Amino acid sequence: MSLRYVVTKLLRALFTLWLVVTFVFVVLRLTGDPTDQLLPDDVSPQIVDYYRTAWGLDRPLWEQYLRYVQAALQGDFGVSFRNNDPALDLIMQRVPKTLELGAATILAALLIGIPLGVLAAIWRDSWVDRITMTISVLGFSMPNFFLGILLILLFALQLRLLPSSGYGTWAHMIMPVFTLATAFAGSLARFTRSAMLEVLSRDYMRTAEAEGASLSRRIWLHAFPNAAIPVVTVVGFYVGAIIGGAVVTENVFAWPGVGRLLTSAVGDRDLAVVQGIVVLVAMTMVTANLLVDLAYGWLDPRVRVGARERGR
Amino acid sequence: MTDAVHATPRAKPKTGKGMPLAVAMSAAFLTVICLVALFGPALAPHDYEEANLLYRLKPPFWSALSVDGYLLGTDKLGRDLLSRLLLATQVSIALAVLGTLIGAVLGTFLGILAAHRGGIVDEIVMTMVDWQAAMPFLIIALAVLAFFGNNFYLFLALMGLYGWETYARLTRGLVLAAREQGYAVAVRALGAKPSRLYLGHILPNVIGPLIVQLTLNFPQTILLETSLSFLGLGIQPPLASLGQMLGEGRDYLLNAWYLAVIPGAVIFLTTLSMCLVGDWIRSRLDPTQR
Repeated sequence: MSLRYVVTKLLRALFTLWLVVTFVFVVLRLTGDPTDQLLPDDVSPQIVDYYRTAWGLDRPLWEQYLRYVQAALQGDFGVSFRNNDPALDLIMQRVPKTLELGAATILAALLIGIPLGVLAAIWRDSWVDRITMTISVLGFSMPNFFLGILLILLFALQLRLLPSSGYGTWAHMIMPVFTLATAFAGSLARFTRSAMLEVLSRDYMRTAEAEGASLSRRIWLHAFPNAAIPVVTVVGFYVGAIIGGAVVTENVFAWPGVGRLLTSAVGDRDLAVVQGIVVLVAMTMVTANLLVDLAYGWLDPRVRVGARERGR
Repeated sequence: MTDAVHATPRAKPKTGKGMPLAVAMSAAFLTVICLVALFGPALAPHDYEEANLLYRLKPPFWSALSVDGYLLGTDKLGRDLLSRLLLATQVSIALAVLGTLIGAVLGTFLGILAAHRGGIVDEIVMTMVDWQAAMPFLIIALAVLAFFGNNFYLFLALMGLYGWETYARLTRGLVLAAREQGYAVAVRALGAKPSRLYLGHILPNVIGPLIVQLTLNFPQTILLETSLSFLGLGIQPPLASLGQMLGEGRDYLLNAWYLAVIPGAVIFLTTLSMCLVGDWIRSRLDPTQR
């Protein structure tokens, strides 16, 4: 992997981030003068002017933009309207809880999805294959909020085995992680299956068989590393879907993460918190895509600089 | 309805002719849903807003405590669940259909434009494509709703913006490939205008993959709408959507579970049916599919 490849990807990531920050700025200005929204209607024009000066709204637009980008670079997104806390602090308190949920979800999806996909490919058209494909179709079409509610009904209200919502013990994690991981495990299994089927039909697999390599050796040493390349990319794309899914799942299970903060901030139109989360999500996504690109270049030496790649 | 769920193992695309049972049942279910979306509210036994406080949280017909005239029971205000469900299905399906179509037309147009003009136009369109693909759309939608406040048309526009980038990327690639083929070269040589070349000749030849994309995009649009409405940030009362009904029903899981489960089951069966039918269409259109 050449230095130029890494630098190109890095510059592209920074460009995307800059676009997001600019987009947020433009949209915020499109919504109108913040003083109209934040101050009561009956305040005197002097007070409005005071705040316009204090918030820099009397400056030319380009200067406002530069100040905005500068503040965003320092992690300053303003203060929450609700309690005047810095938006970044509010968000950062929640981040570890969402990371906990997300990491457990990815781990569970990998541990379930990859073996299922490999087995489904080896025993194609067997019952393992059928069940795997059924789970993947069900997982794809099952809304996560509905799955979560069914789990609460069954395991919390009927069987009384698990806490219905909240945060704290490992028992609180089971249902949210299951809710989030099902869809990804299903689609990961489907993806692994087709990647494995592709590889299993290659000539080198026949050669390995002719050389007398054992089945497990052929699968895990010859086939799987080659099939892993497309699988790695897909895992990277799950990051976005998991963030979206976490917003809903955290609400179903009252999980105190960033997703729940975001929905309550949207409900209150607490713009500082919302824009902070948007930029944070963009950073996460850009980093995840960058890691996928780098992992891709590392796993597959055929990836060359200048080859135009378009997302997925 | 439950049979469709159990029958899914057979839903794998078959190479032979004929329609697998699960796909046939899915198609039948989708037909019913479409009819409900078109005529449902007209057939509703009650007005969807009509509250009857004497009959609050009554269970559906299978329970001994059910009340005549309220087939699926009533909600916290004594409103008829069936009538609300019919309206909510109409609202959710209409939003998903309109959103999918807007996204498809917009994306296809921009894809053709990018392929036709090339250069800087192509760069701009594809940068927007990359950008939208890089951000989870639910987050974009939530941010837009926070910045502008919620209203129906903005919400519809968001449904339309969802997924346009997949059509744009797909169309661009298909058009670039089709343009070099004999028929397209011939039409161009005859002096046809670009609009005629693309809409009259190339588009009909590349429509297959676009239809497949449509069937993939439709269930996702339903899920986006129901998710936002479930969070209370989409369709607002007094109007009802399936996600919003589910969101309201979750507060009554303990004594009226059907308030959440029935709308949820409608959403799930609709998206599941669409996925199965879409898979089947894909296997028909593309014989090389495994």
